[in-house]
Amino acid sequence: MSNNNWLEKILPSIRKTSENRRANVPEGLWRKCPRCDGVLYLPELERNQEVCPKCEHHMRIGARQRLDLFLDQGPRAEIGADLAPVDRLKFKDSKKYKDRLTGAQKATGEHDALVATRGHLKGLALVACAFEFRFMGGSMGSVVGSRFVRAVETCLEQRVPLVCFSASGGARMQEALFSLMQMARTSAALQRMREQRLPFISVMTDPVYGGVSASLAMLGDINVAEPNALIGFAGPRVIEQTVRQKLPEGFQRSEFLLEHGAIDMIVHRHEMRDTVHRLLAGLTGAPLEEEAAEG
Amino acid sequence: MNPNFLDFEQPIAELEAKIEELRLVGNDSDVNLSEEIRKLEEKSIRLTESIFGNLTSWQISQLARHPRRPYTLDYIHRIFDHFDELHGDRSFADDPAIVGGIARLGERPVMVIGHQKGREVRDKVHRNFGMPKPEGYRKALRLMEMAERFAMPVLTFIDTPGAFPGIDAEERGQSEAIARNLREMSSLRVPVVTTVIGEGGSGGALAIGVCDHLQMLEYATYSVISPEGCASILWRSSDKAAEAADAMGLTARRLHELGIVDEVISEPLGGAHRDHDLAARRIRDSLSTRLEALGELAVTDLVERRYQRLLDYANVEERERKNED
Repeated sequence: MSNNNWLEKILPSIRKTSENRRANVPEGLWRKCPRCDGVLYLPELERNQEVCPKCEHHMRIGARQRLDLFLDQGPRAEIGADLAPVDRLKFKDSKKYKDRLTGAQKATGEHDALVATRGHLKGLALVACAFEFRFMGGSMGSVVGSRFVRAVETCLEQRVPLVCFSASGGARMQEALFSLMQMARTSAALQRMREQRLPFISVMTDPVYGGVSASLAMLGDINVAEPNALIGFAGPRVIEQTVRQKLPEGFQRSEFLLEHGAIDMIVHRHEMRDTVHRLLAGLTGAPLEEEAAEG
Repeated sequence: MNPNFLDFEQPIAELEAKIEELRLVGNDSDVNLSEEIRKLEEKSIRLTESIFGNLTSWQISQLARHPRRPYTLDYIHRIFDHFDELHGDRSFADDPAIVGGIARLGERPVMVIGHQKGREVRDKVHRNFGMPKPEGYRKALRLMEMAERFAMPVLTFIDTPGAFPGIDAEERGQSEAIARNLREMSSLRVPVVTTVIGEGGSGGALAIGVCDHLQMLEYATYSVISPEGCASILWRSSDKAAEAADAMGLTARRLHELGIVDEVISEPLGGAHRDHDLAARRIRDSLSTRLEALGELAVTDLVERRYQRLLDYANVEERERKNED
C-alpha cells in the first residue's frame, strides 16, 4: 500500500505534465490518438480514414464523412432531409431542448442525428444511413426514427438493400415517450424489409447503447462492428452501480460481442466497402465484380 | 410513519388509524360510536379525494411503485379463470421477472404475459425487482408465437423499472432480445392489448408492449427512462427526479393527451392498492370490450392498423423540401 501512497503523491504532477504535453501539440495540424497517445499528422490521419496508423484505433467520424468513405462517388438522393424536430413537450432540463437543438444544429450543420441517402456501393444500388454522434450523442428521437422509416420505405419501393452505421447513446430523453416509440417504429419497419426479403446490414461503430442498440442496430440480417467499439444495452457505469462488481476486461467491446454471439464479424474500416459489398452481393445474388454505376 | 403509506398518504393513514381505534373501543363498550365513525369515514373519503385530486407527476411515479400496489399475478388471479403458467425460454433459463401462460377471459382462451415484481424481500430478489433478463424476453416471445399459432389474443401487463442492467444480461444479448420482440410483435397475427399497471420502464417495458391497444391505469407511469435516471443525466443530480418526472410527462393522463396512450383506466379512490378487486374488475371490463372490438378486424387489417399506429408516434415537421438530387 505504501507504494500507492507514493504514487498518489506524484500523480498530480505526472497528470500535469501530460496535460502540458497535450497543450504542446500544435493546433490544427496534429491530433493525439486517444488510445495510444501517438501524435498524428491530421492530413495523414484523414488519408487513413481516421484510423490511427500506429495502433489501428478507429476514431469516431461524422455521418457525412462516413457515407463519403462508404459510398461510391456520384449521385445521391438524401432521404427525409426535410424532416425537422418539434419540441412538443416543451422539454426543459438545465437547458431548453429547443436551445440544445439549435446548438447541435449549429455545431454539426445537421438538422438531426441521422443522415439517410440513396447511393451506390461498388455499383450496387442501396440506401445507406449513418448516425451523427456529435448531434446530441446520436440520440434517437422522432426525426431519427422517421428518417430511418423513410429509408426503409425507399428500400421497399426500390427493392434495394439497407446499410445503417449506428453511433448513438440511445433514445433521446428530451422527447420522452416519443423517443421510446422510435424503437418500436424502426423495428416494425425492419420487419417489412424482412418480409420482402430485402437485406439489412447493421454496422455498429463506437458507441452504440440503449434504445438504438435494443432496436434497429441489433436487427441486421448481418450484424457488423468496427474494431474495439463499445456496444451494449446498459452503460458500464449503470451496470457497475447495479451489480457492484468490477466489469471484466474488454466488456462490451466488439470483440466481446463477437465472442458472445451477438455480431457476425468485426470489420476494419479499410475493409468496410469490400466486405459489405461482398455480403450484399451474396445475399442478393448480384455479381461480385464492380458494376458500372448508373447515372 | 406507516411504511405501507407514502409521505403524502400519511394524513389518510392517521385518520384511518383513528377510525380503527374507535371501532375497537366501540366493540368493547356500550358507548355507541357509530355516528362518530361515520363522520370520520366521510372525512377520510374527502381527504383522500382532495389529496388524489391534485397529484404531481412525482407523486404518481411513487404511486406506480407503491409497496402495496397489485402486481401482475395479483391481477391475473382476479381477472382470469384457469391460469396455467408456462415457464422457460427453451434455451437458457426461466426468468421469474416475467410470467406468462394460458388463461381464460370469460370463455375466451388468451395468452397472458407480464412483468412480475416481488412483495417481500426474498420474493423481490427472486423476481429480480421485476427487471427481466434476455431469457425473460425470449420466453415472452416464445409464448407470443405460440399464441399466434393457436389464434389466441395476447394480453400483456407492464410493470418494470426496466430491463436488468447486468453483466450476464449483456453477455446473453439483452439488446437483441428486446429488439427482436419489438420486431416480431409488430407483425403478430393476433390482437395484442397492453395494460401498464405500474412502472413502464423504458425498453424493458416496451419489449412486451407493441400492441393494438395501449391502456394505462390512472396512476401508472410510462417513460423512456426513470425520473431518477433522467435527472442524474440531464440535471446531473438524482435529487431533481421530481422535475424530471414532470418534464417527461410520464403519467397516464398526459400520455393520453399526447395521443400515445389509447385509454386511461381510473383507479379506485386512493389508488389500486386500496382495492385490488375493484382495480382488477375495471381492467377486466376494458380488456373484454377491447378484445371484442379487435376480434372483428380481419388479420391483415389488424396487422396493418398496428403498423400505422406505430408510424403515427412521431413529432416532426416537414421543412421546405430541399432539392433532393
